[in-house]
Amino acid sequence: MSGRRPFMLRGRFWVGMLPWAWLLLFFLLPFALIVNVSLSTADLAIPPYVSPLHATEDGHGVELVPDLSSFRRLADELGSIGEDGADLLYLQAYGNSLLLATLTTLCCLLIGYPFAYHIARSRESVRNVLLMMVMLPFWTSFLLRVYAWMGLLDSSEVGLINQLLLGLGIIDTPLPLLYNTGAVLTGMIYSYLPFMVLPLYANLVKLDQRLLEAASDLGARPITTFLSVTLPLSRNGIIAGAMMVFIPAVGEFVIPDLLGGGDVQMIGRNIWDDFGPNQDWPMAAAVAVVMVLLLIAPIVVFNRSSRREAEEQP
Amino acid sequence: MSRSSSRWGAHSWLVLVFAFLYIPILCLVAFSFTSGEITTQFDGFSLRWYRSLLEDGEIQSAVWLSLRIGALAATAAVVVGTAAAFVLARFRPYFGSSFFAGMTTAPMVMPEVVTGLSLVLLFTHPALSFLGGRGALAIWAAHTTLCAAYAAVLVQSRLREVDRSLEEAALDLGCPPFKVFFLVTVPVIAPALVAAWLLTFTLSMDDFVLAAMLSDPGSTTLPVLIFARLHHGLKPEINALATIIVAIVSIAVLAANHAMLSSQKKRVRAD
Repeated sequence: MSGRRPFMLRGRFWVGMLPWAWLLLFFLLPFALIVNVSLSTADLAIPPYVSPLHATEDGHGVELVPDLSSFRRLADELGSIGEDGADLLYLQAYGNSLLLATLTTLCCLLIGYPFAYHIARSRESVRNVLLMMVMLPFWTSFLLRVYAWMGLLDSSEVGLINQLLLGLGIIDTPLPLLYNTGAVLTGMIYSYLPFMVLPLYANLVKLDQRLLEAASDLGARPITTFLSVTLPLSRNGIIAGAMMVFIPAVGEFVIPDLLGGGDVQMIGRNIWDDFGPNQDWPMAAAVAVVMVLLLIAPIVVFNRSSRREAEEQP
Repeated sequence: MSRSSSRWGAHSWLVLVFAFLYIPILCLVAFSFTSGEITTQFDGFSLRWYRSLLEDGEIQSAVWLSLRIGALAATAAVVVGTAAAFVLARFRPYFGSSFFAGMTTAPMVMPEVVTGLSLVLLFTHPALSFLGGRGALAIWAAHTTLCAAYAAVLVQSRLREVDRSLEEAALDLGCPPFKVFFLVTVPVIAPALVAAWLLTFTLSMDDFVLAAMLSDPGSTTLPVLIFARLHHGLKPEINALATIIVAIVSIAVLAANHAMLSSQKKRVRAD
């Protein structure tokens, strides 16, 4: 082939350079900027911060003079746990986000696993139709699907679920269904379920049926077959699906904003508020840095499982 | 007997979950035809909200902007993502290759507020004013980055299935590599490229967080406009818009599925 040409002239080099350069400019550099801004001072300027990088006095170098006040605010909250009247705005938001993301992931797994399993085990012609039916809501507007839940859960007597329950005589006064943690959880499960089902399906459909037959021929009960054959073999699918749900769910902003009202604080909302109305970009950046640090382990797990899944293909 | 009862359980689970997925959407569609002002009460059939949608210039220009950004972002994402897929599937491990693999798929799961914030900092950085600041171009770049990750995953999985003997034969016969790519590889992976384009196009059309953080007053995409409307009192007009989107997506998905099935049948017959 072109092995004797200098490296820079080979097409391969340029094919490799394009995504590298793109990700360097639009993914890695922006992350460096987040770290930089998290160490800077908020200011009434455009953009609203003073960079911690200053020219040195001799004018030749650059020195870093970090302003740690944003991180100190988070550390202070950590230190004030247990005190009366402690202001735990950010800490509570982190806790809420991690809790809601965990609950969402568990519920999506419990709903999605049997669902994906039965789709994968159905006849091939039916399977395609069912899979398409999973994809369809996933392709329609995410915002509008969350909006649909605003109508279903509405806490007044015109809310659709309230209308139904009132009409059936089950309740006398409308239930407060909207603007609470339950509403946010429902909306998150609804929105993230396809992200769980699709990787699980992709994994389960490759499952060798002969293994299951062998297990049952050897006298294993269905539950034993499931626990000792199906479940371990679908490990990569479970990990991929769980991470596809958990990681974005931690940073979710739209669903708590539309379904949670003022009560449900989540970290995505704090970043949004500090970035938008509060104009405190260093604080938003610091909160984001801490969130990414919390998410590094799950992201590494996700990358490993998706690479294994990709390489397992024939 | 136990088999039929377990099948019954399987069927009812499928029905339940599909009901969960579809009832909210069907409610949206149903109330788009109401004649009243309330989005959850049916006051008689009318098309008045579709008419008001037609007269809504703000929505139309937002749709037009979203379509343009979506098409351009999907195209760029397929190009960048295909190159990334080649690196992932075909290059021998090199220094930094696993870091690259991680970075390629990270935008898929990274919370959008973080990606959005990081890109705002990039586009508003005083030293990088040549990038043009916030606006449609910034939204396009953000969407391309997000979408390229999805495109890379899709194209990569197709690339790994491809029988490489065709490419090797062409190379052995002296065809230059870039020509092999366009004459042999591209036709073979074309279905994956089309699928990636369609998926990334809808992702871009649907994205709210990145677009909202990176938009300036002159670049309101459809999701940004919808979000603003959701905060300013609900009207069945939004339901009418949702119904139109659901109709278009359903037709597109059905058509794509039909095309895929018929090409599969052709392939089976050819074998």
